[in-house]
Amino acid sequence: MTDFFADVVWSDIALATVDTLIMVFGSLGLTVLIGLPLGLALFLTAPEQVWANRGLHGALAVAVNILRSLPFIILLIVLIPVTLALVGTSLGVAGAIVPLVAGAAPFFARLVETALREVDRNTIEAVQAMGATTRDLVLRALLPEALPGIIAAGTVTAIALVSYTAMAGAVGAGGLGDLAIRYGYQRFQTDVMVVTVALLIVLVQLVQMLGDRLVRHFSRR
Amino acid sequence: MQVETAVQESRDTRIMPIRPRVGPLGAGPPSCEPDPLSQKSLSFWLIVDRGCANRATPGKPQETVQTTMIRIDNVHKRFAGGGGAALAGVDLTIARGEVFGVIGRSGAGKSTLLRLLNGLEKPSEGHVRFDGIDVATLGPADLRQLRRRVGMIFQNFGLLSSATVAQNVALPLKIAGTPRAAIAARVAELLDRVGLHDHATKYPAQLSGGQKQRVGIARALATGPDVLLCDEATSALDPETTRDVLALIAALNRDLGLTIVLITHEMDVVRQVCDRVAVLKAGQVVEAGPVADVVIDPQHAETRALLADAGDIGPGAHDFAGQVVHFTVHGAATTTPLISRIARETGADLTILDGRVGRLRDTAYAQLTLGIAGGNTAAALELLAQYGRVS
Repeated sequence: MTDFFADVVWSDIALATVDTLIMVFGSLGLTVLIGLPLGLALFLTAPEQVWANRGLHGALAVAVNILRSLPFIILLIVLIPVTLALVGTSLGVAGAIVPLVAGAAPFFARLVETALREVDRNTIEAVQAMGATTRDLVLRALLPEALPGIIAAGTVTAIALVSYTAMAGAVGAGGLGDLAIRYGYQRFQTDVMVVTVALLIVLVQLVQMLGDRLVRHFSRR
Repeated sequence: MQVETAVQESRDTRIMPIRPRVGPLGAGPPSCEPDPLSQKSLSFWLIVDRGCANRATPGKPQETVQTTMIRIDNVHKRFAGGGGAALAGVDLTIARGEVFGVIGRSGAGKSTLLRLLNGLEKPSEGHVRFDGIDVATLGPADLRQLRRRVGMIFQNFGLLSSATVAQNVALPLKIAGTPRAAIAARVAELLDRVGLHDHATKYPAQLSGGQKQRVGIARALATGPDVLLCDEATSALDPETTRDVLALIAALNRDLGLTIVLITHEMDVVRQVCDRVAVLKAGQVVEAGPVADVVIDPQHAETRALLADAGDIGPGAHDFAGQVVHFTVHGAATTTPLISRIARETGADLTILDGRVGRLRDTAYAQLTLGIAGGNTAAALELLAQYGRVS
C-alpha cells in the first residue's frame, strides 16, 4: 500500500490542494457578490414583480443564457483576452478566477432567482401592503425568506466550481485538476490520479455537508 | 392634487368637519404621531352620505349621518394579456366603521377589487377614493403612507417564515421607522390583543392555522390602521377556527371602530360578521345591500346560488301532496311558536320540508319551506303573512 504511493510528491499535492481551495472559495465569494444582485434583478424585473420590466428582464436573461450556454472549457479559452486585460495573466490561480466567476455567476444568479420565486406571493404582498420600499422588501423579506434556498444555491455552485477548477487546470490554472492531468494522465502516474480524485471527493463531500448544515440552521419552515 | 380631491369630496358628500384631521397623509414620520388607536376619535369627519341612506343596517342604530371611508367609482380593471376585464364598472361606497363583505366565486374579481383599495393594483378606469384621496394619483411615498393606514390579512397568512411571531408583528413598525423601544411595547400590546403573548418567540411553522391568522391580524393592526382588508382570511381554516377568527375581526370592528372590507366565497362568513355585502359576478356588482336584506330576500340568481352553496336554500319538496310555500321570518317573530298556533286556529296541517334557523350577526331569522294541507289553507297563508314573508 505504501509502495503504491511511494512516488507521490506530497508537497506538490498540498500546494495544489491549497490552490484549488483558493480558486473555489475565492471565485465563490466573487460569484455571490455578482450573482446575488443579478439574481435579484432577474427576479424583480420579471412580470408582476415590483420592477417588472420586460426589456430589462429579457436583456438580463439573454446575457445569463449566453454565458451559461458555453461549455466551461470553451468559456475558459474565449475569455483569455478578457482575463489578460483584467488581471494581466491568464495563467495560475489569478488567471483562473475571471473565467470561473464568469461561468459560475450566471448559474448562481439563476438559482437565486428560483429561490426568490419560492417566496410566498402573499408574503410579498403583505410586506408591500405595509408600505415597504423595494429596499425594505428585499432586505427584510425577500432575502431572509429565501436565505435557505440561496445557501443551497451557493452549495451547488461551490461544487460546480470544484469541477470547473479541475477543467481550468487543463489550461494552466494549477490546482488538483492540473496535477491530475499532468501526472495522472500525461505521465501515467495512477497513484497521483487516485490521490487527487480522493481529495476532490472529500472536498465536495465537505462542501455539501457544510451547505446542508447551514440550510438546516436557517430554515424555519 | 390631494387637496383638490378632498375639496371635491366635501362638495360631493357634504363634509362637516368637527375637528381638523390630525396627521393627514404624508405628514411627519409615524413615530412622532400619538398612538393611532387613541387618536381615532379625534380624526373624525362627519360625512352625510347619500349612497348609504337607502337601506338601513340591521342590528345597529340606524344612523342618518355616516362617513364614507372608501368610495369606488365606475372602476374597470383589465390585465395585460387580455382574457376579459377583471372588473367591469364597479361602484361601491364603504362607510367608516362598517364591516363590508364582497362575495363571489373565484374569478369574479374580488381579489382585484380588494387590491385596488391599497394600491396593490391600479384601476384601468375609474377612481378609488380612500378617505377622499384618489389612490391611483398618489406617488410612491404617499402611497406608502396610505398603506400604513390600511392593514391587510391573507388566505395563506403571508407571514415571514424566517421571523418569529414578535418579529413578524414588528415588521410594519420597523418599516415605518418606529423607535425600537416603542416597537417592543406595541408588539406586546398587539400580541395580547390577539391572545398570542405566550407565542412571541415561536416561528410561524410552529403555530396552528388560526394562530397564524391571529399573527397576521396583529401585524395588520401594528401601524394603527383605519381599515382592515381581509383577503379570504378564513378560507384556509376549519369551521371552528373560522368562527374564532371572525369573532376577533368583529370585536376589532366594535372596539376600535375599524372599517373592515372582507372578500370571501362563503355566505357563512358574510352572515357572521358583515353589515353590508356586495355580490360580485364577472367583475360586476349584481346585488348589494344590508346582509339581512340580501340573505333573506336575494334578488339575483348569483346570490341565490351562493346561498344554496351555503345550504340556505334547500332543494325544495317536490313530493309533498299539498301546497308548498317558502316562508321567511326574522326578528322577534322568529321565536314565536307560530306553526302550531296557525295549525290550531285554521285546522290546517303544517310541516317543515326544509329550512334554516340562524342568526345574521345580531338578527335571528328563519327561512322555511312549509307544506300545508287540509283545513283552511288560505287562512293559514294569511296568518303566515302576518309574521313574515310568504313566497
